[in-house]
Amino acid sequence: MSKEISNWGHYPKIEVEENSFSSQNQLKSILINQKSLIARGLGRCYGDASLSNEEIVSTLKFDKILEFDDQSGVFEAQSGISFEAILETIIPKGWFLPVTPGTKYITLGGAIASDIHGKNHHAEGSFSRHVIEISLAGMDGNLIKCSPNHLEDLFWATCGGMGLTGIIQTVKFQLKKIETSFIRQIQVKAKNLEHIIELFEKYQGYTYSMAWIDCLKGGNGFGRSVMMAGEHALLSELDSKQKMNPLSIASKPKLMIPFNFPDFALNTLSVKAFNFLYYTKHPSKIKESIIPYNPFFYPLDSILNWNRMYGKKGFVQYQFVLPLEQSHRGLVEILNRIRKKGMGSFLAVLKLFGDQDNLISFPMKGYTLALDFPIQKGLFPFLDELDQVVLDHGGRIYLTKDARMKSEIFWNSYPKAKEFKDILSKYNPHSQFNSLQSKRLSLT
Amino acid sequence: MKNVLILGAGSDVGQSLARLFASKSYSIHIAGRDMELLESFKKDLEIRYSVAVNFSYFDADDFSNHDSFLKNLNQTPDIAIYVIGYMGQKKPMDTDWEDTLRIVSANYLGAVSIFNRLAKAMKNRKSGILIGISSVAGERGRQSNYLYGSAKAGFSTYLSGLRNALISHGVRVITVKPGFINTSMTENLKLPPLLTAQPDEVALAIYKSIQSGKDILYVRFFWRTIMWIIRNIPEKIFKKLSL
Repeated sequence: MSKEISNWGHYPKIEVEENSFSSQNQLKSILINQKSLIARGLGRCYGDASLSNEEIVSTLKFDKILEFDDQSGVFEAQSGISFEAILETIIPKGWFLPVTPGTKYITLGGAIASDIHGKNHHAEGSFSRHVIEISLAGMDGNLIKCSPNHLEDLFWATCGGMGLTGIIQTVKFQLKKIETSFIRQIQVKAKNLEHIIELFEKYQGYTYSMAWIDCLKGGNGFGRSVMMAGEHALLSELDSKQKMNPLSIASKPKLMIPFNFPDFALNTLSVKAFNFLYYTKHPSKIKESIIPYNPFFYPLDSILNWNRMYGKKGFVQYQFVLPLEQSHRGLVEILNRIRKKGMGSFLAVLKLFGDQDNLISFPMKGYTLALDFPIQKGLFPFLDELDQVVLDHGGRIYLTKDARMKSEIFWNSYPKAKEFKDILSKYNPHSQFNSLQSKRLSLT
Repeated sequence: MKNVLILGAGSDVGQSLARLFASKSYSIHIAGRDMELLESFKKDLEIRYSVAVNFSYFDADDFSNHDSFLKNLNQTPDIAIYVIGYMGQKKPMDTDWEDTLRIVSANYLGAVSIFNRLAKAMKNRKSGILIGISSVAGERGRQSNYLYGSAKAGFSTYLSGLRNALISHGVRVITVKPGFINTSMTENLKLPPLLTAQPDEVALAIYKSIQSGKDILYVRFFWRTIMWIIRNIPEKIFKKLSL
């Protein structure tokens, strides 16, 4: 029986059959019968990357931990396990994820398919850099293993490959050693765009850094921001209370948004008010503190279903990256257009990426900005305009957040798209693995 | 050390039970038919919870092997949970005989076969808990699933008789009657969200019922009231309904 499924932006919504599997045997029988499908984990991409009109395979029941060497930090698990479950197991033993995005409610398979990045990209790259081996179920359910040394084309196509090379089964990767589960955080106010860019340069020695940016302020305060940088705290840096449980895990969130807010809840005014409030909440210019990992890495997770605040129509998240030389110019132009249009963005996150150049993985050296837009009349043509600006500056859009980008923009902005498609024709020749997104972008 | 045997550990509720008991430091024996799943599940439980885990093949239908299955356990478990169930593929009237036998075996005969043996062993030892996952479907036969329902009805009556037989021997028998649960078995049904429990929720309710001394557990609790109403509808009226 089909059910209504949508991802984090609640757009698009589709009705489709969804099957699950908890062993490879079970998946094999699904793959033999289904000739067109896509895998889906926790549905935390924003658009249609893990949606298909034919069939969706949920990986959530394929979630067993297979290996955890708490001396070397090598960890292997099935693709349906969540980052939350991984953290619960590894933190008490003094280990952390090598790369994590802004939510722990994603699956390991999703982390590979999106080749996720985090606040430490400039220092430690994206998730794929830390992966030792991946196994996938190809056509007809046969298991294939790949790594940077074996079937490298399949490995690099799978990382960031949006699930199009097969159904990811297991991932073996290297964890990061930590002394405590706390973070030494530093918060610095930036009065405008030039200032925040200076700060990113100044603080690039920190392992973790990002900034919250007010993208609606004009005039002198254009691009005003708060940078948050951090390091894993050492045992000696904790206070006596924190020292009592240095490797503590986050407790479950208590606040949940139980239903969709009405559509007007997040209009321009409320966004302006929020940004102003957020900015002036930090009284002094620089603020240092030792905080648990949960609010540093996952501030929004404490509000379960926060995406419901965007109402029934849902929202689109727009994330792009611009090459370093073009970043300032490009950000000025894009932020100005957004401000003039008044379509408002509730949350805007700015990050500096380090070098990366893999097939269709998103990051490149330069600045990335992520913004939310509630779906409203006129939004999509406006985003097409922004796409062109991004393209003109040599940048590209993050597929994991994308719900509407046109095919030509994708092909013109990812120089290795052709190479990726060639690898797909080898491992997914009949386009058995395809999604609404892959069809829209002419990848399958 | 406390240990628990889970028959049907590959199922959604079975997995939730195994994880919950492991988190409470029970050593676990997981049994089912999908050996690949059981093998990876053993690793998962050991890594997450640092408890001893064993696994072996168990088929509810295969009565002649139930003796050797128990022998290979090395010890009679402190707690044994039967969480094997099968609803059939089609409406009861359209179900062929082979599938009918599967329904009756999985939900009733298989349980009777293994629980008879475990009951004797626990009685001799003068301690233990037997837990059977039956269903509210067993409380009244209805047109949409009377094969599954009658098998579960048989199971519920068997469990209450066993409870009666074992009470003076220090062995408890708990009947669990879930309403709707969100699992692979009900994947293709449209279930009303408020009435439908999650596997983890069912596992927790079962665990708590051990502490609270319950004999019959409804999950979610209001099914007790719903079934009271269903049971009391006069047959003259019920036989015309389309439940």
